[in-house]
Amino acid sequence: MTVIGWIQIILFCAIVIALVKPLGWYMTRVFNGERTFLSPVLRPLERGIYRVGGVDERREQHWLTYTVAMLLFHVGGFALIYGLMRLQAVLPFNPAGETAVAEDLSFNTAISFITNTNWQNYGGESTLSYLVQMLGLTHQNFLSAATGIALAMALIRGFTRSSMRTVGNFWVDVTRCTLYVLLPICIVYALFLVWQGMPQTLGAYVDATTLEGGKQTIALGPVASQVAIKMLGTNGGGFFNANAAHPFENPTALSNLVQMISIFALGAAMTNVFGRMVGNERQGWAIFAVMGILFVAGVTVTYWAEANGTSALQALGLTGGNMEGKEVRFGIVASSLFAVVTTAASCGAVNAMHDSFTALGGMIPLINMQLGEVIIGGVGAGLYGMLLFVVLAIFVAGLMVGRTPEYVGKKIEAREVKMAMLAILVLPLMYLGWTAVGVVLPSAVASMANAGPHGFTEVLYAYTSGTGNNGSAFAGLTGNTLFYNLTLAMAMFVGRFFMIVPAMAIAGSLVEKKSIPASAGTFPTTGGLFVGLVIGVILIIGGLTFFPALALGPIVEHLAMNANTLF
Amino acid sequence: MLKEIRPAILVLVLLTAITGLAYPLAMTAIAGVIFPKQAQGSLIEKDGTVIGSALIGQEFKEDKYFHGRPSATVAPDPNDSSKTVPAPYNAANSGGSNLGPTSKALNDRVKEDVEKLKAENPSAGVPVDLVTTSASGLDPDITPDAALFQVPRVAKARSMAEDAVRELVTQNTQGRLAGVIGEPRVNVLALNLALDAAKAK
Repeated sequence: MTVIGWIQIILFCAIVIALVKPLGWYMTRVFNGERTFLSPVLRPLERGIYRVGGVDERREQHWLTYTVAMLLFHVGGFALIYGLMRLQAVLPFNPAGETAVAEDLSFNTAISFITNTNWQNYGGESTLSYLVQMLGLTHQNFLSAATGIALAMALIRGFTRSSMRTVGNFWVDVTRCTLYVLLPICIVYALFLVWQGMPQTLGAYVDATTLEGGKQTIALGPVASQVAIKMLGTNGGGFFNANAAHPFENPTALSNLVQMISIFALGAAMTNVFGRMVGNERQGWAIFAVMGILFVAGVTVTYWAEANGTSALQALGLTGGNMEGKEVRFGIVASSLFAVVTTAASCGAVNAMHDSFTALGGMIPLINMQLGEVIIGGVGAGLYGMLLFVVLAIFVAGLMVGRTPEYVGKKIEAREVKMAMLAILVLPLMYLGWTAVGVVLPSAVASMANAGPHGFTEVLYAYTSGTGNNGSAFAGLTGNTLFYNLTLAMAMFVGRFFMIVPAMAIAGSLVEKKSIPASAGTFPTTGGLFVGLVIGVILIIGGLTFFPALALGPIVEHLAMNANTLF
Repeated sequence: MLKEIRPAILVLVLLTAITGLAYPLAMTAIAGVIFPKQAQGSLIEKDGTVIGSALIGQEFKEDKYFHGRPSATVAPDPNDSSKTVPAPYNAANSGGSNLGPTSKALNDRVKEDVEKLKAENPSAGVPVDLVTTSASGLDPDITPDAALFQVPRVAKARSMAEDAVRELVTQNTQGRLAGVIGEPRVNVLALNLALDAAKAK
């Protein structure tokens, strides 16, 4: 580890913190339906969408209607992506002449994008036409992100409203989020990325004759417009196979810094939106503090592990850390930081190959995802995931002092705690269950690229990433097989919707309760004690669930590495 | 709830048209005007033919050129499309080796490369980036150490003074942005173009 490395990490953190308040202020206005400086341009467009879609923007929805609307929206999104992939050969914008994508891969990819996972069993430049990248993937990058934020807003309204039945209007929330928040930022952001060197063209791949006379086909495409929303919406599905490690998808150290910031920006700001809506910004900062502490701890471990390198490299007299699977322009520090950022949020873009990280360096991304991606988390999803843990923490605190727990004015009762537990327990069921199947089924075992404990970690990582809707991978695993395409799709589906529906049920239950003013007996939820308690609950629940699996994978691999055992 | 079906179709179609067509096409048009070079992939032309992209690494094997990092990219096997064959710096199929820290295959490969490089230049320590594959397989850069390490070989192959070659390396070394962000690096293609230009002078 170096001083300049830590300065880069601190710089990153400082910029993210500085963005929390202004973005939180703006987003609160958007979701409260207030005027913003973009209203003169966007308001007519917004009204037009409601008119055509038959949406009455003043009519709000019960939580069940809101949830059904969200699910129907995803059915349409699924059909659209699946259809485009199957038909891409006969559709326009296909200069590379890509053929129809197989049924199982199309199914996997469609589920992957509607769940905001963006797992890459496809290899961007070698599989998909420009039309699929734009109309299929770019659009769903916007809409799955907008959906996440809309759902978080519904849950927040559950906390802030008193004795009501409705939690907002799904169509209005999604439309406003897309038009007022995501699209304007992406327009500026995409141009910045092109300036840094990212292609944005519909032209065909270019054949170059290299200096030594070889032939090199250079894949191009409308990259920047997709990468902007891929990062901002914590989607993470790459235009190219190598994702943000590809020089066209992340050309410079500056583009890399801005990409990392954009992964965290909206998720971090959502804590401030929460604080503002419940009437006390400190409530938001307390949640942000929980996230921040867990994040910095993770960065420290991964950076330390990667800077140390592996004992095999050291034995050959090589210094400078573990550079296998990393790019020179990012080096050890920006690669380590990116890996922790992308898995703390549910982004899943990668600028280095996590499969080649050291055992401990690669374990942190795994843990981040297994904790439910609540460290900033996916846009919207991170906040509602964290609020589930808060519900549990408050419940635990209530048990300790023997009174009904309450949080920002709402009593937390049996129904909320049961729903929170359901949402939290369904995740390990998916990733531990499928990993167990994946490591005994011979056809699944054949997909592993590495032998020994590392192969086990590849499978565990795949299902953890799928269930957590992250989308990053230990990419050596050959995921494009019938078994993995179908089981990962199931993990992604359950991981997304079995978390969303209980969270919405909590929103519906809370919104009907009366708000009660804080009293002397109320447990304060803005101080250090609360922050410590939530961190404790996250680590205990997380740790008890997945520590045995980690012991079989990265931990035993670390010990093997120190004993100079190779597989 | 049935009345949610209409917006589920129409709002989806409209938002898809805006974000999936209007937005990327508008960005393509605007970027093509403001940043035409970058938007087309930062291509480098020499005597009318494209010789590569400034951002994409390419394979160098000859002694007279600086070499980039090992690349783990592959291409479909021409004899059996279900298999792949190594194809370093394949810019139509990016990817890394994905070998883990306890991989014997990785260890053997690195060991072999280290021995080759030690034979080439016994006087300096082998820089780690010259024996490890990049994440994309298309890394255009090497570290300044890795460039300096190759100076004796390149100078000998070109019958140039080592100092002159070293000077070119220094000129082509990019530092950190604002002294803080990123890592110092040398773009291999740019350096090799500068070498060819120096010879032409």
